[in-house]
Amino acid sequence: MDAVIEARGLTRILPGPVPVTLVREVDFQAQPGELVAISGASGSGKSSLLYLLGLLDRPTEGSIQIEGRPTTTLNDSALAALRLEAVGFVFQFHFLLPEFTVLENITLPMRKRGAFGQKAQTERAMGLLADLGLQGEEAKTPDQLSGGQRQRVAIARALANDPRLILADEPTGSLDSKNGRLVFDIFKRLAESDGRAVITVTHDATLAALCHRQVHMVDGRLIN
Amino acid sequence: MKLIFDIALSHIRARRRQTLVSTAGVMMGVGFSIAIAALLEGSQRDFLTRIVDYLPHVVVKDEYREPPVQPSRLANPLAAVFVRGIRPHDEERGLKDPMAKVRALEEIPGARVAPALRTQIFLRYGGKDVAVAAMGVEPQRERLTSRLELDMTAGSLMALETGANGIIIGVGLARKLGVEMNGILTAVSAAGVSMKMKVVGMYRTGIVTLDESEIYMLLKKAQILAARPNVVSQIRLRLDEPTEAVEVAQAIEARWGYKTESWQEANEGFLSFFTVRNFVMYATVSAILIVASFGIFNIVSTVVFEKTRDIAILKSMGFDPGDIRAVFLVEGLVVGIIGTLLGWGLGWALCQGLAQVRFEIKLVTEVQGFLLYYTWVHYAVAGLVAAVSATLASWLPARKASRVNPVEIIRGAA
Ligand SMILES: Nc1ncnc2c1ncn2[C@@H]1O[C@H](COP(=O)(O)OP(=O)(O)OP(=O)(O)O)[C@@H](O)[C@H]1O
Ligand SMILES: [Mg+2]
Repeated sequence: MDAVIEARGLTRILPGPVPVTLVREVDFQAQPGELVAISGASGSGKSSLLYLLGLLDRPTEGSIQIEGRPTTTLNDSALAALRLEAVGFVFQFHFLLPEFTVLENITLPMRKRGAFGQKAQTERAMGLLADLGLQGEEAKTPDQLSGGQRQRVAIARALANDPRLILADEPTGSLDSKNGRLVFDIFKRLAESDGRAVITVTHDATLAALCHRQVHMVDGRLIN
Repeated sequence: MKLIFDIALSHIRARRRQTLVSTAGVMMGVGFSIAIAALLEGSQRDFLTRIVDYLPHVVVKDEYREPPVQPSRLANPLAAVFVRGIRPHDEERGLKDPMAKVRALEEIPGARVAPALRTQIFLRYGGKDVAVAAMGVEPQRERLTSRLELDMTAGSLMALETGANGIIIGVGLARKLGVEMNGILTAVSAAGVSMKMKVVGMYRTGIVTLDESEIYMLLKKAQILAARPNVVSQIRLRLDEPTEAVEVAQAIEARWGYKTESWQEANEGFLSFFTVRNFVMYATVSAILIVASFGIFNIVSTVVFEKTRDIAILKSMGFDPGDIRAVFLVEGLVVGIIGTLLGWGLGWALCQGLAQVRFEIKLVTEVQGFLLYYTWVHYAVAGLVAAVSATLASWLPARKASRVNPVEIIRGAA
């Protein structure tokens, strides 16, 4: 069985008068069903690696395969299309669209992809909301929710197109420990029950300990 | 795509006042340009219609465009001959064999033809002397080639033939001289002939210079006054199809060599004036709409600036640069289109309002109010310019949005 994501020799150097190396020769892979925690000091390159893995940034060197598909030669539109169906991002801040309701925010990626009918999209979104303990909140706008609720909506949005790969960058950074724990439980369930790979950056050692595997970053390098 | 529209509309809806202002800008631009265009084209068309209605379409004159070739040149065709101090030869001017030419011209399909002798005379009435152009005409032919008969306010064209020494004068001239119908005046020509003439008719064209300075009499009388028996100085044609005047004039000139003017050539000054005026009009209208599109540029740039986070998240989600560009182009276009629709309404209303205004002025022509010309073309042009400038105005910010690097924004926000 293919790894959900497989990266080889990833290096990302920011060009400029003084080039900055964000990520150095990283080899990494994640299997279906796996919840991986990335930890490391601030500035060690965790976010940079996550953007590369999620096809949001292009590596200076090295290659990434998503479910066996090479991505190096794809153009920006093709990368966007692949992100749409295969990758779900969760950031430290929820980044929900303030003018849209919870339900609309979640259906947004599905509508962009155009995969389900309108009714099926709503049903699917309601299902995700129920999974994440958000039933009854669908008609609210993001500013009417608590921080933990917003982050769960953002997770629901990341799951909208049922991606095989979920990438989270300090998803609990702005949450209290109770809500943080809740989010990690959700991640674990997502990985184990549906064969997804969930990769999350966290500073929290207790939460990292809940994961199947932990990797560590130092100065752009990955240490297992 | 509906999704793109929904996102665009959500941005616009969140900025009601700004949207209102820029929509109003486009509305003003479109509305006023429609009104201005209706005004300008209205007066212009009115003027052209009057010219085409009242003036002959083609005039064959007893002149040549080029001075005659000097005999010494004809004698020495290959030599470089310079002839200095050429002065116009005082020959007996007039069209040769005019009646044969009139008959020949009558062969042109759709043409009605009338000969005339135009001569400068003085009209004396009481103590007043006024220099006028006297047209000696044949009433039977004249009535077919000019609107004179239709413009008569008193008397009739045919009265020229029945009464002795009748003249028809314009109302403007009558006012100037203080003469009334059946008044007797004295006509004095440059040739020294003088004649008592009786006002048997009056006309009014609405073209001020004509009404004040052209009088009509029988061709025979004009020939006597000018002391040029049997001479005709011009042959005037009226065509069923006035637009063919240029070609007809060229053909006649090529045939006989006489300078032959179409109404377009005779009014070249006005026509080029109209061209300049139209240019100024379109420049003004474009300027208004360009200013209006600054409003669109402003709102779309503001939204792009405020929404960089949303743009970044949409991109991370899988929207490609084209989708992002479309969102902001749509925003500009929505403002542009709504503004245009409202502007059409405003333009229509302005035209209705202007049409109600009544006043009297006497410039080149007499007018009692604004002359408006309505055509869907004005609406289409204004709408098109608005749409194009809205697109251009939102293009730059939309392109900027499509180039937002999500990594930079997301990293910056964290
Ligand atoms: N545009 C940039 N110019 C220069 N250096 C940059 C730029 N972007 C990131 N860096 C540097 O790259 C390194 C890696 O940054 P990155 O955000 O990946 O770290 P991180 O591990 O996610 O840190 P944190 O835990 O604080 O989020 C940092 O040292 C940072 O200063
Ligand atoms: Mg980081």
